[in-house]
Amino acid sequence: MITLNINGEQVQANEGDTILEAAKKANISVPHLCYMEGLENYGGCGLCVVEVEGERNPTRACVREVAPGMKVLTNTSKVRAIRKTVVELLLSNHPQDCFTCVRNQNCQLLDAASELGVRSLRLNNIVEKRDLDTTSVSITRDPNKCILCSRCIRMCNDVQKVGAIDFSNRGFELEVCTFGGEGLGKSECVNCGQCIHVCPVGAIYERSAINDVWAAIDDPNKHVVVQEAPAVRAALGEELGLPPGTLVAGKMHAALKKLGFDTVFDTNFSADLTIMEEGSELVKRITTGGVLPMFTSCCPGWIKFIEEFYPDLLPHLSSCKSPQQMFGALAKTYFPRVANLKPENIVSVSIMPCTAKKFEAQRPEMNASGYRDVDYVLTTRELAAMIRQAGIDLASLPDVQAEELMGSYTGAATIFGVTGGVMEAALRSAYKLITGTELENIDLVPLRGMKGIRTAKVKVGDLEVNVAVAHGLGNARELMDEVRAGKSPYHFIEIMACPGGCVGGGGQPIGYDMAIRATRGEALYKEDKSLPARRSHQNPAVQKLYKDYLEKPLGEKSHHLLHTKYTPRDAEITGTK
Amino acid sequence: MTSAVKEKMSGVFAGHKNAKKDALIPILQETQACFGYLPDEAMREIATFLKTTPGAVFGVASFYAMFRFRPTAKQRITVCRGTACHVRGGPRILEEVENVLKIKDGQMTADGEYSIEEAACFGSCALAPVMVINERVYGRMTPVKVREILGKKG
Repeated sequence: MITLNINGEQVQANEGDTILEAAKKANISVPHLCYMEGLENYGGCGLCVVEVEGERNPTRACVREVAPGMKVLTNTSKVRAIRKTVVELLLSNHPQDCFTCVRNQNCQLLDAASELGVRSLRLNNIVEKRDLDTTSVSITRDPNKCILCSRCIRMCNDVQKVGAIDFSNRGFELEVCTFGGEGLGKSECVNCGQCIHVCPVGAIYERSAINDVWAAIDDPNKHVVVQEAPAVRAALGEELGLPPGTLVAGKMHAALKKLGFDTVFDTNFSADLTIMEEGSELVKRITTGGVLPMFTSCCPGWIKFIEEFYPDLLPHLSSCKSPQQMFGALAKTYFPRVANLKPENIVSVSIMPCTAKKFEAQRPEMNASGYRDVDYVLTTRELAAMIRQAGIDLASLPDVQAEELMGSYTGAATIFGVTGGVMEAALRSAYKLITGTELENIDLVPLRGMKGIRTAKVKVGDLEVNVAVAHGLGNARELMDEVRAGKSPYHFIEIMACPGGCVGGGGQPIGYDMAIRATRGEALYKEDKSLPARRSHQNPAVQKLYKDYLEKPLGEKSHHLLHTKYTPRDAEITGTK
Repeated sequence: MTSAVKEKMSGVFAGHKNAKKDALIPILQETQACFGYLPDEAMREIATFLKTTPGAVFGVASFYAMFRFRPTAKQRITVCRGTACHVRGGPRILEEVENVLKIKDGQMTADGEYSIEEAACFGSCALAPVMVINERVYGRMTPVKVREILGKKG
């Protein structure tokens, strides 16, 4: 323990703490921009300057370590002046289109200017116009708004261990870009969108489908069908001002109806369907000597990641499509048959917590229905924007259920949205498939929580099934390196690209606060507990689908509509930064 | 990766067994010496070899002016525009080079044989005006000497 003095108060800190961290423990907040909890300290922006007694020059609190007896002042006239100057310098090089910027309600540069009392700009505004990077279907980058804080670089390299972006050039030419400046769409970017969550300004944001969806809704010749991922219902309320973790499943359906979608279904239906197919596939691999460990395949960020960095392990991936894509294939085959509609008049929209889903929907092979299975993907944030545009007050809406045909779901489906949820759902059904009896204690608590990698051994009849769960691609690498080395002891591995799982996806309310992500996860476990059916194979709509249309899991129709192939890509990187 | 690039790169890597990241700049220099510039493929090979990302390799390479990302001319002509050279007729030398080669400063001839650049100062002020072709320094230049030297190389 180290004792230091901050602003006249004695403060206790650990050895190795920075001044900023020590101050936080004592509820003293030091202004900052490039610092972010969970990322390595960079010390680049200069906003966190503080004075240390006995030292002539101020020091940057986010990188300076505490020392016993240190006397720190965080609020002198000198540091106030420096901080204002730093903000003025940043603003002198920043586009002045706050009125139209996508982050104008949630911009940390704007907050800094406001909190530090910057009331005049002494410097002329000079912005060299750089082109937007629109090479990716998921994420757009605006290098003009970038303040070079490097949070996105640290997230992509150190946390996600993808490394698609880095600094290049120097001085006034310094910029964040991909290898060779070719653009995200031509790089090993997996579209996870975690960079969006850490960007303090509007330099990175999702490619918007809002106008396309309004056009479809307004088109009287089109029947617009919508599905929503589990994680959306745990965060849509938060995005619209309700406390984090407020479950708004019913209100979400009601809002979609009010927005003008013709049929409101639910991705949770196809999550249950995914379990039927994937559970059967797992049992088949275990009993007939198939490739093990099997990996889950519902996360498109993870899919692109394994295609880029571990293409040799592709045979381990389940051949099942994600719930979004299984739904899409059925939305233009099964649904129009039952509803007596023409598939070419159906527009298939999904609401996702995810930016990678926009990439997934555009993958060339995702057209098993004979049409594009999913036409447009909206993030949770985009849906909230549409709700605001329509003047709908979400909190006042009654709870509405999704239409049963492709909207009934069990508790197993809804926990798909949180890390460990897919694994838990799969085991609840695999148990029945293998033993013929129901797993009684279906709350598989060891699979829950926010620890990066969690493992469990589950007794299923005579078999002991060894499973692992990882979230965040940095953690995925650990498990993949183990598999590559031939040392993996598991039968089944669940990977979610985003820290926290889909509740922390690139399309969710902006922020990298793991406590908030955990709270959203809790909302899903709560919904699970409240539902009458909690095992995927007990979903009556899924049973009806097999009886009336698919016949059986892994059958010919399933194979054609619900399973897929993967594409090795040429990143060939074996290491990380 | 084409096998030609892979082969040349394994030659470069052979001199850096068990290299760590601090070998990056020497490896980049040797790679550029090999190819005349840094091909994308070669940079990706370097990233794999040093167990880092292509972005990191590109970040370091793009920081330094000496690394090039496009093939350079066989004869790179650099005319000095420093103070001493300027005062002793540097601009007239540049003009003559442009006339003889029929390209402007910053361009390369269509056959990839010649390119023209300017430099701020070579530090050979006693030999002003100075023109450099690849590594070779030509001092006390005159327009006549430009025609002679380039004629010889033409």
